[in-house]
Amino acid sequence: MEKFVKHTGLVAPLDRANVDTDQIIPKQFLKSIKRTGFGPNLFDEWRYLDEGQPGQDNDVRPKNPDFVLNKPQYQGASVLLTRRNFGCGSSREHAPWALMDFGFKAIIAPSYADIFYNNCFKNGLLPIVLPDATVENLFKAEAASDDFRLTVDLENQQVLTPDGEALPFDIDGFRKHCLLNGLDEIGLSLQQADAIRAYESRRQAAEPWVFQEPQQQ
Amino acid sequence: MAGKTLYDKLWDAHLVAEREDGSALIYIDRQIIHEVTSPQAFEGLRLAGRKPWRAGASVATIDHNVPTTPFDSAADIEDETSRIQVTTLQDNTREFGITEYGIGDVRQGIVHVMAPEQGAVLPGMTVVCGDSHTSTNGALACLAHGIGTSEVEHVLATQTLVASKMKNMRVQVDGELGPGVTAKDVVLHIIGVIGTAGGTGHAIEFAGSAIRSLSLEGRMTVCNMSIEAGARAGMVAVDDTTIDYVRGRPAAPKGADWDKAEAYWRTLVSDDDAEFDTEVKIDAADIRPQVSWGTSPEMVVAVDALLPDPAAEQDEVKRSGMQRAYEYMGLEPGIKVSDIRVDRVFIGSCTNSRIEDLRAAAEVVKGRKKADSVKQVLVVPGSGVVKQQAEQEGLDKIFLEAGFEWRQPGCSMCLAMNPDRLQPGEHCASTSNRNFEGRQGNGGRTHLVSPAMAAAAAVAGHFVDIRDLDA
Repeated sequence: MEKFVKHTGLVAPLDRANVDTDQIIPKQFLKSIKRTGFGPNLFDEWRYLDEGQPGQDNDVRPKNPDFVLNKPQYQGASVLLTRRNFGCGSSREHAPWALMDFGFKAIIAPSYADIFYNNCFKNGLLPIVLPDATVENLFKAEAASDDFRLTVDLENQQVLTPDGEALPFDIDGFRKHCLLNGLDEIGLSLQQADAIRAYESRRQAAEPWVFQEPQQQ
Repeated sequence: MAGKTLYDKLWDAHLVAEREDGSALIYIDRQIIHEVTSPQAFEGLRLAGRKPWRAGASVATIDHNVPTTPFDSAADIEDETSRIQVTTLQDNTREFGITEYGIGDVRQGIVHVMAPEQGAVLPGMTVVCGDSHTSTNGALACLAHGIGTSEVEHVLATQTLVASKMKNMRVQVDGELGPGVTAKDVVLHIIGVIGTAGGTGHAIEFAGSAIRSLSLEGRMTVCNMSIEAGARAGMVAVDDTTIDYVRGRPAAPKGADWDKAEAYWRTLVSDDDAEFDTEVKIDAADIRPQVSWGTSPEMVVAVDALLPDPAAEQDEVKRSGMQRAYEYMGLEPGIKVSDIRVDRVFIGSCTNSRIEDLRAAAEVVKGRKKADSVKQVLVVPGSGVVKQQAEQEGLDKIFLEAGFEWRQPGCSMCLAMNPDRLQPGEHCASTSNRNFEGRQGNGGRTHLVSPAMAAAAAVAGHFVDIRDLDA
């Protein structure tokens, strides 16, 4: 997994609540068997005026000029500012894959749906939770600026504004550790193989039916 | 010390190790695998040279993008990318020694219909799947929730998951459900009350006499939509209904093991003195048949209500969401639900494709015909087993005589990854779980309802109050 330590980037405002993962990456693009290449279809139904299909040349498709990511001033954005319950709905990890493939490194919102939030951390994408009022202020500050950039400092758990204000955020210690070091979580868990085996033999003695395998025939 | 909730008990029973930072390693008893969210996980195993920790803990099937018209082999799947996912799952399950109920197997079907039906999910288990509706399985008093693809790989490799304990929430529905009010109406009503993020960070236990009165299938419908209320996991405590459902399933324990299992399973209830972080109480008498009008599952009204006015909404973010939804749905505040015309009807999905759902729809349709203005009515059973049962009962004939289409099992128009989809602007009465923009096809407009309400809309051409239908 990619490390995340500190990042400064242009902010793109997506002023909607309850943005669902069907919107982040529509289902027709889930048919890929890879983890990459989803960026051009991020927010496909909002970004383009036609219906997107896998394998299209997205450069020649008609774009929706009103959609934030199509506006010239947000080209190269890497911090997404949005509203509450971002990433609700389907568990598709293609959503963080698409956001990262597009170039986003961090998201700022008042809240996230649980599965999406969890999926971000597996991919080095940092979802930051800030209070409603702080997010509202960031939307206003962004609107008043031509080139609004924020610095996200994971080590010190703060977002730095252009005015030099430091906005603190909370993050689970284990997730922070994994992100800062780009750790392979499976490798870490396998260090506890003995504990897993011991647990299994206890359960197998007490509840053998749990270990009954589904039959092919 | 306060007693334990059902969720506390399930969590404690699966704890392998706790870490200093509060995260934990929990053991996963069963992983269900399908073709869409697994290819990258198997590829990850291959790249790292890892093997499944316990291949027999997983069971796979194909559902998301299989056609619902008859086909004999993967080669018959016209859409190339769908075909590749189906064959990739076949190859991966063979390579890694995982049981797959594939093409032509009567057990093939929607993951959350197949697994409980086969007894692959039993009370007290931890169950995961790369699908957010895994919460369905919580109806069997399991800790069941959706995970992302990285976690699918993690579970394959370690049979564990890194997790933090969720908060406890109890949604208690007491009283008797009125005529025409089904499990689907109960859960849509709950989501309307607590909102689409109301359960975020929580595991929900559905309790109360109205929940206990539901069949196991009905409880699955309720638990299924926990995620639409923001909660990854939903569950119902064990009672006779649970035990009766499990008894005799292909992978259920037999003989002395059964007795031992049943005795343990009966302890899977919240203690009387258990404490919940959040409690919601709902009077069953307040629940009427529900119809969603907008683009979030919380945008739902009773069938005899008028569509809500955004101007009356105090919360600015919510108000703009409602306005956007009206624009997308092509509807106006203040109109009657029965004024919404329906272009297509979909009866199916992991929410409502089990035998009792099909029976409820058939009961409404019997002796009636699809309205001419309705272009298509799809009835898609949740598994080959459900399809067989329905055909034995003659339900397929009732649907066909009414002008409905009787299809092969799969996810179908719930998410339109296969050819079953809406055209832009079409309104659909759907028994599925999500009314997001474009969910059932680009520009499509979804209204979430119960199977009986969907069938009644198919006959009338617009929504009708199921309670007004003559028997």
